[in-house]
Amino acid sequence: MRWALSNLDLIGQLTLNHVRLAVIPIIASFVLSIPLGWLANRNAVLRAVVITGGSLLFTIPSLPLFVILPLVIPTRVLDETNLVVALCIYGVAVMARSAADALASVEGPTLDASTAIGFSPAARFFRVELPLAGPVLLAGIRVVSVSTIALVSVGVIIGSSNLGYLFQNGKQRGILAEVVVGILVSLLLALVFDLVLVGLGKLAMPWAAPTGTHRHRSAVGTGTTPVAASGGAVAGAGPVDAGPRRGDGAR
Amino acid sequence: MNLLLSALAWLVDPAQWVAGSQSPLPIQDRLVEHLAYTAVAVLIAAAIALPLGFYIGHTGRGRGFVIGFTGAMRALPTLGLLFFLLMVFGYVLSFDTAPLVGATIAFVILAIPSMLAGAYSGLESVDRTTIDAARANGMTEWQILTQVEIPLGLPLIVGGIRAAVLQVVATVTIASYAGLGGLGRIITSGIGLNDYDLILGGALLVTALALLLDGLLALAQRATATKGLTDRSTAQHRAPHRSSRPPTRENA
Repeated sequence: MRWALSNLDLIGQLTLNHVRLAVIPIIASFVLSIPLGWLANRNAVLRAVVITGGSLLFTIPSLPLFVILPLVIPTRVLDETNLVVALCIYGVAVMARSAADALASVEGPTLDASTAIGFSPAARFFRVELPLAGPVLLAGIRVVSVSTIALVSVGVIIGSSNLGYLFQNGKQRGILAEVVVGILVSLLLALVFDLVLVGLGKLAMPWAAPTGTHRHRSAVGTGTTPVAASGGAVAGAGPVDAGPRRGDGAR
Repeated sequence: MNLLLSALAWLVDPAQWVAGSQSPLPIQDRLVEHLAYTAVAVLIAAAIALPLGFYIGHTGRGRGFVIGFTGAMRALPTLGLLFFLLMVFGYVLSFDTAPLVGATIAFVILAIPSMLAGAYSGLESVDRTTIDAARANGMTEWQILTQVEIPLGLPLIVGGIRAAVLQVVATVTIASYAGLGGLGRIITSGIGLNDYDLILGGALLVTALALLLDGLLALAQRATATKGLTDRSTAQHRAPHRSSRPPTRENA
């Protein structure tokens, strides 16, 4: 801990940078996934494109994806943009499927009823469908948040400055405390992000069931479950088998 | 496009495949290393995670543990875990065995959560009435586990293995950065030498390997589905169907 105390400035700066690098993909994947999830529920072809495409992209390991991106976007190999774009791709790949499941989880009779009382299709989507899909969307974005924060540190290999620097520097200089601090701060950050998302969820969805409900049927999906990220806090969201079958996002 | 063609040309150039050439070549050696690390780690992890997952899935005990554990593990930064273990084993083991042991343990730790979740949810997905029927027919608990629950849950169990394999393939790539062999070595050498052919060639190899393994295991997942039960047993169909939406098959 002496190491941490004498390097607070470095840790603080790397943490801030880590947060910056993680926030963009988390927000982007949430925003982009909703239209994609909506499309995926339109017809089987679009669904195959969105879901299968997402899971294929998710299959590409992180380091290769970072260095392949300069082919597709005009960046240099050692450029932070590659990291951010790659994390957006992973985030969208997981989140699009969550969003599709979330929108599909809204009961048909509810939608029929809202049409019957005069909601236009757009109003129905924004004022009925999206809010009711909220809990499942929240579960999905919590998974994306946790795994994005864990993944950012791989970016140090392509020269990004974030908490991963503590792993690299600690290993090179033989300071175990530095690596440990890096892991702990990274875990703490993931926890803080998760709490913030839960808090935002409570603000946005005051009607949603309080935590600890037992409506969930089968919480753990094929290795990836939104619920899993939370210790079941949003389990009330119901059965979601989100995410490509990749276990833990962290690669 | 030129960069891609150049990297592809590099890949198929026989010079990169000549046995005995200097690291990170020849490619086939790195490929074999990559597969060997992956296979060893996945086998060890399976020996730990599958029995535990079967126990939890069969008895229903420790369900909260699986959910909490898989969630918490997702927050663990791969690179940090890897470097931590490499350093810790560096203190106690000799210079040449430490990286191998440390990295393998890191791979195993990262492979366990998805296999555990797969084994557990595979058993959980089996219809309770089916299990009750098996018990009523006089099957022992062991027979129920091995002849009813595991065969019916197999697609999800294989799904967990599939996720674990991909996780390990990805982590082995990163481990090269810490001096281990494997295909990632080609990428990190390329970054060091500022040679984009090497970087992209290595990246394409890893991607191809990951997609290939994923495809093979996806086929295995499909092949292990019990006939007539496929629509219920695979849990991929748990997303509720609605009359106003076309019936969909995820992962089709």
